[in-house]
Amino acid sequence: MLKLEARPQPSKAMSFASPLIALVLTVILAALLFAALGKDPLKGLGVFFVEPLNGMRSISEVLLKSTPLILCALGLAVCYRSNVWNIGAEGQFLLGAIAGGGVALWLTTEGISGSRGIYSPLVLIAGALGGMVWAAITALLRDKFNASEILVSLMLVYVAQQLLNYLVFVPWKDPMGFNFPQTKTFDASTWLPALLPKSRLHWGFVVALVFVGIFWSFLFRSWRGYQLQVGGLAPAAARYAGFSARTSLWTALLTSGGMAGLAGAMEAAGPLKQLTPHVSTGYGFTAIIVCFVGRLHPVGIVFSGMLLSMMLIGGELGQSRLGLPNALTGVFQGLLLFLLLACDTLIFYRIRWKGAPHAVVPPAVKPATPTTAKEGA
Amino acid sequence: MNEIALLLAATLASGTPLAIAGLGLLLNEKAGVLNLGAEGMMLVAAIAGFAAAYYSGSDIVAFAAGAAAGALMAAIFGWLVIWLNTNQYATGLALTLFGGGFSAFVGVDFAGKKLSDRSPLNIPGLSDIPFIGPALFRQHPMVHVAIALMFAFGWFLYKSRAGLVLRAVGESPESAHALGYPVRRIRFFAVIAGGALCGVAGAYLSVVYAPLWVEGLTAGRGWIALALTTFATWRPARVLLGAYLFGGVTMLQFALQGAGVEVSSQLLAMLPYLATIVVLALISRNPVWIRINMPASLGKPFHPGS
Repeated sequence: MLKLEARPQPSKAMSFASPLIALVLTVILAALLFAALGKDPLKGLGVFFVEPLNGMRSISEVLLKSTPLILCALGLAVCYRSNVWNIGAEGQFLLGAIAGGGVALWLTTEGISGSRGIYSPLVLIAGALGGMVWAAITALLRDKFNASEILVSLMLVYVAQQLLNYLVFVPWKDPMGFNFPQTKTFDASTWLPALLPKSRLHWGFVVALVFVGIFWSFLFRSWRGYQLQVGGLAPAAARYAGFSARTSLWTALLTSGGMAGLAGAMEAAGPLKQLTPHVSTGYGFTAIIVCFVGRLHPVGIVFSGMLLSMMLIGGELGQSRLGLPNALTGVFQGLLLFLLLACDTLIFYRIRWKGAPHAVVPPAVKPATPTTAKEGA
Repeated sequence: MNEIALLLAATLASGTPLAIAGLGLLLNEKAGVLNLGAEGMMLVAAIAGFAAAYYSGSDIVAFAAGAAAGALMAAIFGWLVIWLNTNQYATGLALTLFGGGFSAFVGVDFAGKKLSDRSPLNIPGLSDIPFIGPALFRQHPMVHVAIALMFAFGWFLYKSRAGLVLRAVGESPESAHALGYPVRRIRFFAVIAGGALCGVAGAYLSVVYAPLWVEGLTAGRGWIALALTTFATWRPARVLLGAYLFGGVTMLQFALQGAGVEVSSQLLAMLPYLATIVVLALISRNPVWIRINMPASLGKPFHPGS
C-alpha cells in the first residue's frame, strides 16, 4: 500500500515541479474529456494549448487577457502570503471598471478636450482607488467587527455586479444605444494607447510587468513585505516580534483592491472602451487560480497568467471551431487548481510503500494553516 | 391578511435551501472541516437534480441525484483535505470554481429549460386553516423536511453518542484520536453527509424553487449558507432561523417591487448580500462569543502520529 511520509524539509524542487505535473495531468484529463465528447483529442488540445500561440495576432490576444489576470493575482499573492483570504478580487475589479469607466464617461460627456497623456493615468488612478475603496469595506469589517474577510469580500462581488448592472441599465445608459444596457463609447482621448499596431494589446501589459518588479521587491526586499509574510507563516512569531496584524490586514487588502481596480479600469478603457454588465468574464476568480499556480510569486504569476489566458482564449476557439461549450474553460481551470493542490502534497510528503523503512526525522513544518478567519484578531 | 400568509409561505420556501445547506455545513464544521465549496456542490447538484427530474419526472429521483452529486463532490474535497492535508480554504475554493465551470458545461443543453411547477402539498384539514394553512401547509414537502432535519440535528449533536464523538473530533481531534476514534474517517463521513445535504438544497433550487436551469443558478446561496453557520453560532435551530431571515429578505425585494416602490430592481437585488454582510458583522463583533461557540479545530488539518 502507498503511504505518505513527511519529508524532513519541504522540497524546493517539488514546489517548482508541482504546477507542471498538475498541468500535464490537466492536459491528459482534457484529452480524455475531448474523446468522451466525440472530438479528436489532438485537435481539441491543439485548439486549447497551441492555437492561442499561433501567430502574432493570437499572441497579442493572450498577452491582452493575461494583463488583468496578472494584476489581480499580484495583489492576491500579497493577501494570501499574509494569510488574508480575499476572494473578492472580482468585485474590486468591477468597482475599478466602474470608477475608471465613470471618469472616462464623464470626460466624454463633458467633452473636455485633452490628451491621452493626462487622461489615461487619470482613468487608471480612479480605477485603482475604486478597487481600494471596495476592499477597504472588507478590511474595515474584518478589523472593527471581526467579520470573516472570505465571506464579506465574496458577498461584495454580488453587490458590485448589481451596482454595475444598475449603472448601465439606468443612469449611465447610452440614450442612443437602442436601449441596450451599455454606456456611450468613451472618447478616444481616454483610451489606453495601443502597444502594437493593429492589435488590441495596450500599454497596460507593460504596466503589469512593471508591477511584477515592484511586487517582487516589495515582497522579498522590503521590511513591510517581510513583516507581512512572517504574519502569514507564523502569526505567533509575528505578534512576538511586534508586527501589527492590523497593518498587515489593511496593507494586503488595499494593495490587492488597488491592483484589481487598476485591472478593471484597464479593461474598461482598453479593449472595451465602454461599460456593459459583462465587463469581467470572471477575471477576479480566475486570478485566484493564477495566483496559486504561479506559487504566489510575482514571476511565477506572469507565466501562470499567460497559461490561464491561453486557456480562456482556447475556450473561445473551441466554441467557434469545434462547437464545444465555452464553459469547458471553467472545467479545465477548476481541474488545474484541484490537481495542483493535490500535487502540492508532494512538497511536504513523499510517497512510500508501506513497510519500507522510515527515515527517523522530524516532519517538515507546513506553513500555519489559518485557524479560521472568524477567530479574533 | 392573505398577502401576509403568502409572503410567509414564500419566505419559508426561499429559506428552505439555505436551511438544508446550512445544516449540512454545520455538520462539516462541527467535525472541524470548513468547506468553502458549498456553492460549487450546490451548483453541480442543481444541474444533476434538474436533469434527473427532466428525464424521470420524479422529485425523489431528482433529490437522490442531487444528494449523490453533492456527496461525490464533497468526497473529492474530503479526500484532498483530510488525507492529503491540503489547505481547506484553497481546496474549497477549487471546488466552487470547478463546480461553477462543470455545472455550466454539463448544463449547456438544459439552459433555459423549464420544469412544470411542483404542486404543493395539500393536507386535508391542515391546509384549509385560515392563514396558517396557506402559510405553512401548502408547501413542498421539502420545507417540512428542513424543519424535521433541524430537530434531528439537535438530537443527534447534543443527545446522541455519535454526535458527541463528532463534536469531540471538531473540538479536539488529538483527544478523540487518543481515545481511539478514527478522526479522519469521522471527518470524511461528516464532509460527505454535509455535501449530500448541500446537494439536496441545490436540487431543491433547480427542481422546486426555480424550477428551471440557468448557469450560476444558486447566485451565492452556498456562500450565504456558509455565513449562516457563523450567524447561528453553530446551533441547528439558529441556522433555521437565519435561513428564514434571509429567505424573508430575498422575498422582501419582490414584495417591494410588487408594492410599486420606486427603487430599481438591481439595487433591490443587492439586499440579501448586504443583509448577509451586516448580520455577519454584528454577530462576529464579539470575538469571545465566536471563539466560545466555534468548534476549536475548525479549519485546522489533523494528521495522526505527527
